Amino acid sequence: MSFANTFYNALVKRNSVYVTSIFAGAFAFGVSFDLGVSSFWDNWNKGKQWKDLRAKYVQDEE
Amino acid sequence: MLSRLPASSLQSLRLSANAHSSSLLTTTVRNVSRVRYVSSNSGASSGAKSFLDSRVTLASATLFAVGSVAWYTHLYGSLPFFGEVHANSPAEEGLHPQPYPWSHNGLFDSFDHASIRRGYQVYREVCAACHSLDRIAWRNLVGVSHTADEGKALAEEVEYEDGPNDQGEMFQRPGKLSDYMPPPYPNEEAARAGNGGALPPDLSLIVKARHGGPDYIFSLLTGYVDPPAGFEIREGMNYNPYFPGNAISMARVLFDGLVEYDDGTPATTSQMAKDVTTFLNWASEPEHDERKKAGLKAVILFSALTAISLYIKRFKWSVIKSRKIIYNPPADKTHH
Ligand code: HEC
Repeated sequence: MSFANTFYNALVKRNSVYVTSIFAGAFAFGVSFDLGVSSFWDNWNKGKQWKDLRAKYVQDEE
Repeated sequence: MLSRLPASSLQSLRLSANAHSSSLLTTTVRNVSRVRYVSSNSGASSGAKSFLDSRVTLASATLFAVGSVAWYTHLYGSLPFFGEVHANSPAEEGLHPQPYPWSHNGLFDSFDHASIRRGYQVYREVCAACHSLDRIAWRNLVGVSHTADEGKALAEEVEYEDGPNDQGEMFQRPGKLSDYMPPPYPNEEAARAGNGGALPPDLSLIVKARHGGPDYIFSLLTGYVDPPAGFEIREGMNYNPYFPGNAISMARVLFDGLVEYDDGTPATTSQMAKDVTTFLNWASEPEHDERKKAGLKAVILFSALTAISLYIKRFKWSVIKSRKIIYNPPADKTHH
């Protein structure tokens, strides 16, 4: 079976599955896109952000 | 009826009409085939179009003209062939500051938070004697340059008036995270009286409020020099080439070794100026880091969406753009 067929049969055939997979896909994309951009950002700005400095200044670490 | 058809269909008509060799048709075709339809290929107006009336020539000539004017104004700061009159000499408007390589200059660059922390120290120990910073509360420092505990400790060093209590009296209490930074003077008049009539401006938005932004603030703080020969300077004023008018009421305030940084950075004049400018830049734009990060996301998402919609447009139009309308005239039966 070609990819298009597999895709159709697995996700598109039943509307309930289709809508659910769109919602789940949007959620998963949102989270992973955020993580991706954040990790690029943190890498690019390594050592400049507060989270890189914070450890130097927190006292009483329980 | 012929004129309603797009040019390309007329061309195929010419092919199929060859057999009939109608001279009327060919002249129409010649006239109409110069029209270029948006949806037809440029092939319709085959090579005959001269170099001078092509759109590419028009577009590139326009681009060249606009580009050279833009380049000229960028180089010389004014439009060519238009005179300008200034009441002030360039010196009186203040020297243009040098662009400095701030570590937050780039599209993806966050503030250097270690520098913000040092800059806060310079503001607190030096500038706060004269300048207020009334849009920044102690809580704004938390998670930017100080921990919550440090923020609370800093706030508690300051007494704030609060109240009224249940006796109806105002009382003093130590500061809380939610309090705003205390002003050095109770009101503007006191501030002017303490500074020879000049008001030290609030620094919360100063980086946004001056041309040149951080470059200007840095240049101003480090730019104090002796006035050139012949420059009259009033008692209590100081010469600074970057300040419009060149005579500023604020004396030079930063000198090597004035503060002692807790991270061991040598406190030279330029280091302190750089740090306090970064701090003031943060105070003006506390959203800076988030803004750039959100901008990065927006650019990625919107360019992906643009690419997708361009693809879909081409996909949907491919049928319309590649179709051909062929007209086969019915055999003329009346003349035979
Ligand atoms: C002794 C008091 C005093 C101190 C300390 C002081 N300033 Fe000023 N500052 C002034 C006064 C007064 C003015 C107004 C000058 C004028 O308008 O001629 C001023 C003006 C300014 C301006 C505005 C210049 C403009 O373009 O209008 C900036 C920016 C500034 N100060 C930054 C600082 C910084 C940063 C510090 C700390 C490193 C500092 N000042 C410390 C008194 C002070």
